[in-house]
Amino acid sequence: MKMLQLAYANLKEHFLTTTLSIMLLSIGVGMVSFIVTVSEQLNDRFNRDIRGIDMVVGAKGSPLQLILSAVYQVDNPTGNIPLSEVSKIQRHPLVKYSIPLSYGDSYQGFRIVGTDTLYLSHFKAKFREGKPWQKSMEVVLGSTVAERLGMGLGGHFHGTHGFEEEGHAHEEMHYSVVGILESTGTVADRLILTSTESVWDIHNHEEAADAEEDQTHEESEEHVHDKEDHDHEEGSAEITALLVKFKNPMGMMQLPRFINEKTSMQAALPAIEINRLYELMGIGFSTLQTIGILIMIIAALSVFISLLNSLKERKYELALMRSLGASPAKLFALVIQESLLLCLAGYVFGIILGRIAVMTLSSFGEEQFHFSVSQSGVSAVEIWLLPFTLGIGLVAAAIPAIRAYRSDISTILRNE
Amino acid sequence: MLQTENLSFSYANGPSFSFPNLSVKAEEVLLVLGRSGKGKTTLLHLFAGLMEPKSGSVSIDGQSITELKGSNRDSFRGKNIGMVFQQAQFIRSVSVMQNLQLARSLAGLPNDEAFAKKLLTELGIADKANNRPSELSIGERQRAGIARALVTQPKVVLADEPTSALDDENCQLVADLLQKTVTGHGAALVIVTHDQRLKNRFPNSVEI
Repeated sequence: MKMLQLAYANLKEHFLTTTLSIMLLSIGVGMVSFIVTVSEQLNDRFNRDIRGIDMVVGAKGSPLQLILSAVYQVDNPTGNIPLSEVSKIQRHPLVKYSIPLSYGDSYQGFRIVGTDTLYLSHFKAKFREGKPWQKSMEVVLGSTVAERLGMGLGGHFHGTHGFEEEGHAHEEMHYSVVGILESTGTVADRLILTSTESVWDIHNHEEAADAEEDQTHEESEEHVHDKEDHDHEEGSAEITALLVKFKNPMGMMQLPRFINEKTSMQAALPAIEINRLYELMGIGFSTLQTIGILIMIIAALSVFISLLNSLKERKYELALMRSLGASPAKLFALVIQESLLLCLAGYVFGIILGRIAVMTLSSFGEEQFHFSVSQSGVSAVEIWLLPFTLGIGLVAAAIPAIRAYRSDISTILRNE
Repeated sequence: MLQTENLSFSYANGPSFSFPNLSVKAEEVLLVLGRSGKGKTTLLHLFAGLMEPKSGSVSIDGQSITELKGSNRDSFRGKNIGMVFQQAQFIRSVSVMQNLQLARSLAGLPNDEAFAKKLLTELGIADKANNRPSELSIGERQRAGIARALVTQPKVVLADEPTSALDDENCQLVADLLQKTVTGHGAALVIVTHDQRLKNRFPNSVEI
């Protein structure tokens, strides 16, 4: 009969209070590990996607929406901006390079983004197979997209207007896959990339087709005229947003202000917008984290009270053990072991709970935003939660253990 | 086996006692009689080293227990003394058998399930080995308490009012068993009691 076995038997004896303590502990542990894991990964993800982008130019509207849609591809675009104005910015001497983005279509929930090959080099994307697009309607798939769609080189598909999976399909033209990227750990993994021209072509075609339908009763000459108008629209071509990297900090000082004041477009700075977003989310995160820690403290109290109660009930047992040859230190150790066993169980269940929560959120996020939180191996927070939880166990057990250590056996045995 | 010399004790703010010199040999039974408040249990606790005497010494098998300190005394007690209480107490969360095993383990002795089983059989409660102590009747519990006191093969068994809570039948049974412990296991037995039924049974007695 080992002490540890006895500690286990004692915990089992007080099943309800033991369960309550373990539940409280595991909820606390689970909550803290969940929050820390999610916020770390979110931070990491946000920072990785934002790297190297100093400014985003797009249609006027919410700057945060512009950043979320252009950089992270999670929100709807704010609108379109005319290429004529964009090219002025692209040629600006303070701009090191800029990447045009045209989006608004998707396939099976994955966004189709028209851009130029600079986008690939910006995210240091390497090709697993194939090559970049050369002609209109050729696409390159991000690694997640290729995996999910199970599509390889030479695959064909029709884009859908908008971001819904069940949207209006552009049925007249289809994309063909010419390249598949390796995983970059960035937003590029979740995109279908193509040339800006592809997006223009598909929409011009669509509009032309729409126009055709609308005007079936009109004269054919006008119809031809209309179509020509579309074909020669280059001058009024539009893109959705422009990602800009400055040559030096002077750009940061001058360009955003210039764009916001003197043009019909808006300039948003990702660093500032994301900080603002963090501040908003941070309140939520730290609130949840505080609640988690509070629950752990309540759990510690619960462990303390249940140990104290069970010892009061068991003081005769402890005296008995002394009479059987146990030293006071042994009784002290017994109480500590009970508490540590309890906390260890709480920790294990808590980590499992946290992981389940992360997985649930991940599959939900995957569906909604193609944003998944991955958890491989043991994270830092899970490691430091172990000594933290056991520390709680030690603190909670200290007073009961000292009481057990000091118990006056002769007096207890006398008052049978 | 058990010897005392000039033993006296006094409570911090209470009565003080001085006890006659006593000596019990192996396979001998000594009945300590006396009215309540005469310090019978105190004497027993002094024998077991659970309390510090004001003066004098207790020695068991030639070793003075009063000279042993701290955990040495605890482990000496575990190995050499078996205690039987008025109402047998057990670790409630484990079975009778595990209670016996725990007694051996706390005394620093290796597990000996065969011996524990043999004791329980001798005491007629072998079928209760895997029951919780709370599932036993008072008489069975008292017998299980004796089994636990003997499972460490102690040199001295100290019994504190072992029969006062029992009916005549069980009292007789327990007295028989206690008698057997000294003859069968070679231990010295000290019974502290005011139970008249035992007085008739064990002639070797001292009044305090």
